[in-house]
Parts: sequence; structure tokens; C-alpha cells
Amino acid sequence: MKLALAERLLAAREAGRPACLVRFLRTGEEALVVGGDTIVGADLPDAVLDAIREAHRRDRSTTIETEAGPVFLQVFNPPLRLVVVGAVHIAQALVPMASLTGYAVTVIDPRRGFATAERFPNVTLVDAWPDEAMEALAPDERTAVVTLTHDPKLDDPALDVALRSRAFYIGALGSKRTHAARLERLSAMGHGPEALARIHGPAGLDIGAVSPAEIAISILAQITAVLRREG
Amino acid sequence: MSEAERLLHQALAWKREGRKVAIATVVTTWGSSPRPVGSMLVVDDTGRMVGSVSGGCIEGAVVKEARAVMDGAPPRLLDFGVTNEQAWEVGLACGGKVQVWVEALT
Repeated sequence: MKLALAERLLAAREAGRPACLVRFLRTGEEALVVGGDTIVGADLPDAVLDAIREAHRRDRSTTIETEAGPVFLQVFNPPLRLVVVGAVHIAQALVPMASLTGYAVTVIDPRRGFATAERFPNVTLVDAWPDEAMEALAPDERTAVVTLTHDPKLDDPALDVALRSRAFYIGALGSKRTHAARLERLSAMGHGPEALARIHGPAGLDIGAVSPAEIAISILAQITAVLRREG
Repeated sequence: MSEAERLLHQALAWKREGRKVAIATVVTTWGSSPRPVGSMLVVDDTGRMVGSVSGGCIEGAVVKEARAVMDGAPPRLLDFGVTNEQAWEVGLACGGKVQVWVEALT
């Protein structure tokens, strides 16, 4: 690997851009693709560029067979994001666990005294209203969203934005009854059955979780299952 | 920052110190390999290493190859698996197979 190539790769990542390091294992040639453009190395065949896009989407490095022999595609994606609505007790357990799992975490809570740096060190805090905050964060297919407040005034606007996004996971904490009422309200806001089916509610795998930390585990486990089991 | 990015930063830091540096990367896996494709081990010529390409069972063999590429050998693709004699010797106990690309940082 050329030093200059490694430097450009890390510079791209520091600028928040997805990068793919390409190695031709037969010849040792290498290339660097940032945001779909080949910035180091010879132009790549379309089949390789397609495979790079797919590798980024699945967040998975891979070796593909080509006419030029095996080609290794090493994906350097921006971190997955987790947006937590509600700076509540469960969030205090969920945020460090998600950070450890590799998520860039943002906590949204407009209520005074909730989203504070003392309660949530080393995490991005947003004290705007959830709809506004969520619009600004623009969840994409590498973002998970979970609402924890139980308060329709806060959860519903966040879920409304999440449902109109490509977020790979949407979860909402609350009992089955709470969730049924929530679905009715979101339906009245214009979301159809297919959209509503995207919400995991009540959020989390059914592992009998009781404490805030256990509930956080069940939610993070569910997010992981959705992320890794698909495709 | 991802683990792979941290490891590349380390590789660059060692290189800037004037060390010879090699990078080993898992490029394919079959079966129950302990480390996924893209996992890296970074080695320098004083014997320092960070990262991993297995649960510890093939690192020794990989470091040996890493020294060779540091000393100017071309990049190499190494095969480890239960069907491979060398792998049997180094003991990929998990029963998986991996291919590791070993190259110098130049």
C-alpha cells in the first residue's frame, strides 16, 4: 500500500466521506474510490464500481472475481448513526452501549434538564423539537431511530420524520396498548399500513428485560438483528 | 473512527517514525472464521503489532510473511484453512478458512 494512498483515504474519512480501497490481488495494483469517484489508480470497470456501491450499502468488505482476477474491496464507511429521542433513563444505558457498538449517537430532547452533558457525556445532544431536529439530521439507510419518551408530543413528530426517511430501523418504546394508539395517530397523519409496519413497537427483542440497561440491550440487539440479518 | 481507520493511522504513525511497516488484511473467509473480511493486523520492524486477522492462531505465520514484505518482497496472498498443511501447523482451531493479503506500506 502506498503511503500517499493511505493518507488520502484517511483524509476522505476525516471529511466524512465514504471510501473504498481496491486491491487487485493478482497484480498488487491498488485504487482508491471516494464517493463513487476513482481518485487514485486507473479507471475501474463498471462491474467493479457496481460492486463497490453494493459493498458500501451492505457495509461489508468483500473480494470479487473479475477478468483481472480477484479484486478486494475494503469499505471505509462513515459510522452507522443512532438517533435517540428522549434523554431518559434507558437512553443513559443505551447511548454508551451503542457507542461501543460503533454508532455515532445523537440524543434529542427539548425538555430542560434532560439532554445535559452531565447525563450524556461524549455524545451529540440536541435540544430542538424532535421534528425540527430530525429534519436536520436527515436519517438515511445507515441510520437507526428509536423514540423513548412515551410522550406523543415528542415521539410522534420524530416518528413522522423517520417514516418519511430511509432509516434502516425505527423503534418506539411503549406498551402494546400505547403502540396501538400511536399507530392510530400516525395513520391519521397520513402514514399507510406499509409505512407503519416499519416501526418496531414496542421496541426491543422480547428477552424479558426489566432494568433500563436490560431494555437497552434488547433494543440494541434488535437494531443489530435488523442490520445484519437482512440481505 | 472505525477500527480499520485507527489501525491505518497507527501504520502511518510508525512509518513517519522511520519504521518499516506491513499491513495484513483478511480478504476472504469461509466457515466460522473469527475475524471478518477487512480485519487488519499492522506490524513494524521492531516487532510491534496492533489489530488482528484471527483469534490469535495465525498471527505468528502472518508476522513472518510481514517481515518478508517489509524487506522488499512483493505483496502476498496467504491461505489458511483446515485443508491447508500450514494452517494445520499454525492451528486455525475454529475450523474456518481465511485468505490474508500481506503488503508493505511503501
